[in-house]
Amino acid sequence: MAFGDRVVQRDLDFTIGEGDIFIIMGGSGCGKSTLMRHMIGLQPPAAGQVLYGGESFWDMDHERRERLMQEIGILYQRGALWSSLTLLENVSLPLEQYTDLSPASIEELARLKLALVGLAGFEEFLPAEISGGMQKRAALARAIALDPRILFFDEPSAGLDPVSAHRLDRLILELRDSLGATVVLVTHELQSIFAIGSNSVFLDAGARTQIATGDPRRLLRESTDPRVIEFLTRGGDLQRETP
Amino acid sequence: MESTDRLLLRRSSDRLVVVLRGDWTREQPYAVGPVLRQLEESLEGMVGIAFDTTALGRWDSMLVLLLRRIERLAAGHSLELDRSGLPRGADRLLQLAGASAEHRDAGRDTPPGGMLHGLGVRFYHALADAAALLRFVGEATLAFGRLLLGRARFSGRDLLLFIQAASFEALPIVSLINFLIGMILAFVGVVQLQVFGAEIYVANLIGISVTREMGAIMVAVIMAGRTGAAYAAQLGTMQVNEEIDALITLGLPPMEYLVLPRILALTLMMPLLVVYADIVGIAGGLLASINLSSIGLHQFMLQTVEAVGLDDILIGIFKGAVFGLLVASAGCYHGMRSGRSSASVGRATTDAVVMSVISIVVADAVITVVTTLIGV
Repeated sequence: MAFGDRVVQRDLDFTIGEGDIFIIMGGSGCGKSTLMRHMIGLQPPAAGQVLYGGESFWDMDHERRERLMQEIGILYQRGALWSSLTLLENVSLPLEQYTDLSPASIEELARLKLALVGLAGFEEFLPAEISGGMQKRAALARAIALDPRILFFDEPSAGLDPVSAHRLDRLILELRDSLGATVVLVTHELQSIFAIGSNSVFLDAGARTQIATGDPRRLLRESTDPRVIEFLTRGGDLQRETP
Repeated sequence: MESTDRLLLRRSSDRLVVVLRGDWTREQPYAVGPVLRQLEESLEGMVGIAFDTTALGRWDSMLVLLLRRIERLAAGHSLELDRSGLPRGADRLLQLAGASAEHRDAGRDTPPGGMLHGLGVRFYHALADAAALLRFVGEATLAFGRLLLGRARFSGRDLLLFIQAASFEALPIVSLINFLIGMILAFVGVVQLQVFGAEIYVANLIGISVTREMGAIMVAVIMAGRTGAAYAAQLGTMQVNEEIDALITLGLPPMEYLVLPRILALTLMMPLLVVYADIVGIAGGLLASINLSSIGLHQFMLQTVEAVGLDDILIGIFKGAVFGLLVASAGCYHGMRSGRSSASVGRATTDAVVMSVISIVVADAVITVVTTLIGV
């Protein structure tokens, strides 16, 4: 991973299992979001491969990649809802583009998705008319519109109060369990990491590579790397046995 | 009982069992309406609805949609819904969707309909817009007053950057448009005046129309689309990113720090651009005239000097300053009023250009009438 000539991360090698809630973690500026951009097709890596089921994402032909993208749902850090569309229209758009369903079915399905994230009754609101937490949930409804097999979340709790953040974490868990999806989460929110993460990779800005992988709770208990311990104990504020 | 390849209804003592078979995904859409009607008709004497999904294949949200409909049907007939036969994931999704239904009241007031209400709302908005415009003009005037007193707070570096953007960087487009306008005027003028053997007067036509009207108007329209729109987009984006809030909380009035330098830059630079546009426009007219008619270069220039008075040039320059003030004010006004979304910024930019063009034409009409009345 690089910005121009500047290498941000190198020698990254990890596997995400089906059904995992996989956390990409590390301090600010270590390249977490960039790594996610490589994985979701927004930016090719400077070198190396991103494999989906053993198939190289960046070497796929256009049609195959488009089909794969329909199996991926993404929740962006600031929601990225289309501001001129209502919540219902935001959720309907992927369904209109990629299914042959009737307009009535699309609307019903979009209402269902909004209901799943607790936004029934807000279908006709514009994104600017609802709170930040609700925007995140609406963006989640859009992300699950096509019943994706893989869900990516970029800092889902950023800017949310603890209650909303907790509620979003529970929702992610619920949706993972009911949709059977794999979840990839970019975050440095320790509470989320320990509450829902089942596997992880730890990127370090100084070493410019991954310095740990595995269940975050296990890393907290067993890691001997001082950088990992410092991060997971919030600089020593938390006990290593806490979660 | 009703039976299809994928959905079957079966009675089991006092319960109606919905048997689901095969795949229930978006790829295999299924018209459930007739079966649901049959289901509703079969509910007589039943105490509940249950599910049998032992032969169910792949499923996605389409199955949950069907289950929601059956759930509502059961609730409407006060029947018990036994969900134990459902796949665990589908049952959880159904619960999630149901839990959210409890928060249904979104709290948005339904506006009363009717034409009268619509008219009232429009009138109210028009009044609010007029009040906001007056407030903007008032605040801008006060900011200008503070500038004259040397108490305005803005960055001189910003002013220079805006001056550069509103002058030097605009020269290519101003040159192109005004040169072509001069040529078009010459072409039309020569063709018409040749009929009367008065083609030499094409120099009068070009000289006076370019210096009094076309130079200033064309520059103003260019700057409305180029600079006025940019001001609206810049300030609108600053609203979205809360940069304006940050200035206010820092104690820096946005009217002085952001609006004043923009208005000053364009108002000061427009007269210079108009003078430049006059020269380029006349040059375009000259080139076309000497190529399309028997008028010589020297003859055209002498005729232009004789026809165009200082008052024509000064009126054009004055119009330039007024148009600059109007275009910059429209851009800043709509940028400052922009909402906090990308759609609002787009709307602000469009409104700024529309307001600029309308105000240019209205102001030009007023100035033309006044100058005619006072005999200038």
